[in-house]
Amino acid sequence: MENTYLTIVLAPLIGAIIVGLAGHRLGRTLSHSIAILGVTVSTVLALYVFNHHVLQGAEVFNENIYTWMQVGGLNMSVGFLVDNLTSVMLLVVSFISLMVHIYTIGYMQEDEGYTKFFSYISLFTFAMFMLVISNNFMQLFFGWEAVGLVSYLLIGFWHHKESAVEASLKAFLVNRVGDFGFLLGIAVLLMFFGTMDYVEVFTLANQVNGQTIFGDISVITVICLLLFIGAMGKSAQVPLHVWLPGSMEGPTPISALIHAATMVTAGIFMVSRMSPIFELSDVALTVVMVVGAITAIFMGLLGIVQNDIKRVVAYSTLSQLGYMTVALGVSAYSVAIFHLMTHAFFKALLFLAAGSVIVALHHEQDIRKMGALRKKMPITYITALIGTLALIGFPGFAGFYSKDMIIEAVHFSNLPFADWVYYAVVFGVFITAFYSLRMFFIVFHGESRLDQHAEEHVHEPALSITVPLIVLAIPSVIIGYLTIEPMLFTGWLDNSIYIDASVHGSVAALKEHFHSAFGLLQHSIVTVPFWMMVGGSLAAWVFSLYRTDWAKKIQERFHRTNYVLESLYGFDRLNDIVFANGSRKLGEFLWRISDMTIIDQFVVNGSARLMRFMGSVIRPVQTGYLYHYAFFMIIGLMLVLTWVLVVGENPLIQLGS
Amino acid sequence: MESLLSLLIWLPIVGGISVLVIGNNRSDLARWVSVAVSIIVFALSLNLWNGFDTSTQGMQFVENTAWISQFNINYHIGIDGISMLLILLTTLSTFLVIIAGWEVIQNRAADYMAAFLIMEGLIIGVFSSLDAILFYVFWEASLIPMLLIVGIWGGQNRVYAAIKFFLYTFLGSVFMLVSLIYMYIQGGSFSLDVLNELPLSLTEQSWIFWAFFLAFAVKVPMFPVHTWLPDAHVQAPTGGSVILAAIMLKMGGYGFFRFSLPITPDASSEFAIVVIVLSLIAIVYIGFVALVQKDMKKLIAYSSISHMGFVTLGVFALFSIVKMGTDGQIYSIAGGSLESVYLGLEGAMIQMISHGFISAALFLVVGVLYERLHSREISSYGGVINSMPKFTGFAVLFALANAGLPGTSGFVGEFMVILGSLQANFWYAFFAATILIVGAAYTLWMVKRVFWGPIVNSDVSTLSDINTREFFVLAVLAVAVLVVGVYPQPLIEVMHVSMVNLLEQALTTKLPAAL
Repeated sequence: MENTYLTIVLAPLIGAIIVGLAGHRLGRTLSHSIAILGVTVSTVLALYVFNHHVLQGAEVFNENIYTWMQVGGLNMSVGFLVDNLTSVMLLVVSFISLMVHIYTIGYMQEDEGYTKFFSYISLFTFAMFMLVISNNFMQLFFGWEAVGLVSYLLIGFWHHKESAVEASLKAFLVNRVGDFGFLLGIAVLLMFFGTMDYVEVFTLANQVNGQTIFGDISVITVICLLLFIGAMGKSAQVPLHVWLPGSMEGPTPISALIHAATMVTAGIFMVSRMSPIFELSDVALTVVMVVGAITAIFMGLLGIVQNDIKRVVAYSTLSQLGYMTVALGVSAYSVAIFHLMTHAFFKALLFLAAGSVIVALHHEQDIRKMGALRKKMPITYITALIGTLALIGFPGFAGFYSKDMIIEAVHFSNLPFADWVYYAVVFGVFITAFYSLRMFFIVFHGESRLDQHAEEHVHEPALSITVPLIVLAIPSVIIGYLTIEPMLFTGWLDNSIYIDASVHGSVAALKEHFHSAFGLLQHSIVTVPFWMMVGGSLAAWVFSLYRTDWAKKIQERFHRTNYVLESLYGFDRLNDIVFANGSRKLGEFLWRISDMTIIDQFVVNGSARLMRFMGSVIRPVQTGYLYHYAFFMIIGLMLVLTWVLVVGENPLIQLGS
Repeated sequence: MESLLSLLIWLPIVGGISVLVIGNNRSDLARWVSVAVSIIVFALSLNLWNGFDTSTQGMQFVENTAWISQFNINYHIGIDGISMLLILLTTLSTFLVIIAGWEVIQNRAADYMAAFLIMEGLIIGVFSSLDAILFYVFWEASLIPMLLIVGIWGGQNRVYAAIKFFLYTFLGSVFMLVSLIYMYIQGGSFSLDVLNELPLSLTEQSWIFWAFFLAFAVKVPMFPVHTWLPDAHVQAPTGGSVILAAIMLKMGGYGFFRFSLPITPDASSEFAIVVIVLSLIAIVYIGFVALVQKDMKKLIAYSSISHMGFVTLGVFALFSIVKMGTDGQIYSIAGGSLESVYLGLEGAMIQMISHGFISAALFLVVGVLYERLHSREISSYGGVINSMPKFTGFAVLFALANAGLPGTSGFVGEFMVILGSLQANFWYAFFAATILIVGAAYTLWMVKRVFWGPIVNSDVSTLSDINTREFFVLAVLAVAVLVVGVYPQPLIEVMHVSMVNLLEQALTTKLPAAL
């Protein structure tokens, strides 16, 4: 099997290298064929691996591939841990990546950087595979940063656009803040566990539990919180979420692949993978849950006031990532992964549908300049509808099952603040339905607000764009119904996730109340989230189609609230003022005051003046040429040597006798 | 290969002198001879790697003959894993610098090439000397070619920079000489074998430690004796900057390994905290200073200081992690493991190698731009990717390596030192790890302003992409950066035994046993 796993990981890397180095010589068709072939190989093999592990129940594979370094007794290797969680992730990542690769043919066809783009997304796929397949923290960190790198390169892909370049830098730096915590977390973990290997760490977890650091703080809690800071960066949790909306500056295919379906879920994956240690710290879990809830609700609210089609979807992604994080907090890791998976399908679908609209309108992204597109773009319309219904949790669709399970899991949780978080996630359903359908109605229904030229040219884009939409629409409908039972209740993920059921009973309680996917569907009509969804949908309809002037009136009436929302709670301003400008001011201050004035003026030039004074005494030989300085150096050396050798109390050479 | 080391020292020096003799009037011949010599030296130096025995703690390729017998000064050379890697770095860098200076240097080309060759020999001498006076002679002598390189081929303000460079480094090393002589009086030999075993009281050790410290800290350079570096870099020609950053700074780090730890172990332990604090100041403070630089070379120079902070941190953190009991066993002080000590020591070494590649590459990158537009100001550029796509590919790779991206060599050393130093004290690692953010900020912000964005002026639009020669030089370094990043194990393997030996020396007290 080792070769199979290796092939999965390396196929996209090889594609990326070939296309990256020789893309301009190979030409477009050959380049994209190579890249797509690489990812197709991975996808097929990922299916095989999924069948092998998840369906056939094969043994967990855990082996090192090569030793990266061996320092004393500490081994750091590149290695693979393939269990059911990894298998699910491999399949999701490779499948979405394949769809995005195909979609890119149509989306980027007019772009100069066509082959480079393929190289990057293949490289990303490789990095993401390395992240999910890792069996140790060193490689996890490698994958973690490598996906961040490709994200940086792709956000700034249109490098002539100042805003894109700005956004890419911001994304990298904010992620680095997360990685800062993440790396310290790994370092603390190494100190107390003495190994970087997952399985060894998990077996030692109980032994380390109870040890303290910084006086009397639990080591496990510190490790978990530091690791979670990393997750907050990658998975864009408040307050490290600020980079994700900006990442929409990148081409849409990568918004779907990286900034919706895969990379941003790395944090969710990581915490699930680390469940054996997170389970030991209620403090950490509570923090995870609360941060997730804050992100879920407050980022959702921002989705309501956005008018850029991609940004609405981006805020929706933030909010959904918040939901997944909440699930992690209440120890419902499998539910988080379940939502991660359904979300990957329907959110990639929504982004690609948005991209389809953007292409059709010649890169117009303002939803106020769209409208009534349903007749002109029927495939995009239907698939976007499916994606939207899945997102808002319409009964039967994929998102319905996963989101409902998260809400129920919170309901059963007994962590402190769980009741507040429950209200937040329930109310979040209303918000989700509201912003999602608002956008949907404005774009596809109502009156057309397109300009004359666009109006005449709008049509459904090429097959390479519509086919991925259709293919993604299918799992967006059925995947929840099909997989809820095995994934959550009959043990698909049992060999990857550990829950201390005696303390954290949410999932056990879910299991107790669960009868069948169909039963859940029947029951849905009497649940609060359902009516929240209906309410949000109605509200969206009212404000965007029925009484379009009401929105404006409300905005004027509550202009303060509106201001807060439109300024995105001021996070960007705060970051600009405190961090960006603050560090520049600090740097300027340190440089001018300390380096240039204190050290250079007083100390160095002070001594230089002294030298010059001495130099003026011996003016005849002081000509200012460098040779002479060099010469003096040697002379000086000789003098010092002579002095030590023949003069002083204990001369080395006794002159005379 | 009985006298391989001697060959490595003297071949470039003799070669350099021949190039001087060939003279500037026949500069093409001079160039070809120089490149031939540097290739041969590099190829020969690979034999050190091939013939190296990783199982022994002792010095290898040793040569020992009397030199000035009345003072018991010997021509005693040899290498361990630490010096071998630095010698390889030296021979590789010199080769690249000579290629890089091929047509760029038109003024006194033969002298220029000769200076680098001679300097190469002298620096290899520094890294292989096992006699303190021999070391000192090479150490001081290697300054002279650098001084000339800055002074002759430097920029506008070259004299100020050269004097500052001279003052700093010369003052630093004079004290080292005094302490060497003191120890000679005590022990009757300049041999490092003798000095390593020489019993010294804590007071004596302290004086010697600080004398050494001054010499080495200036070279590294450590805060607050770092201000010569930005000036020297800005004024130096590209090749000078490359050697300065890639190799000369490593002489400081090497000094701590070869002299401070073995000769003054107790003082090193006593004052480790001072070194650590200065290292952390360098990492954090200099990082912020780098952020506001407007001159690319200054920015990279400050970045060098910040990155070299990891070297001294990695080395001296060991004293907060372990100590040796009276039974000769190594004990953990506060839960840190022996592995973390090696992470620090070997991470420091890897950081030196990696910084050699990356800083060399970054200075070459600036050199490529400077040759074309004669400006080092960030604001003169913008949108360079549009006219120089291949070049930008390299530049971004090296920038990311400088920002410590995993998969590049820049990650390995920093990662190891952060992991190791955390076991000494959480806050060491905390402050060191800020380089993840600040280092990325200054490096990528520069990349953004220089390479990305729209073309800012007509000069940038006329830039021609790198030629084959430039491509070759950058490609070699790119491969080096990636190989070390993906597979650092061979380096670790080569140095590990030497580090075990060094650790034992550093922990073995020289003080009389307490009663």
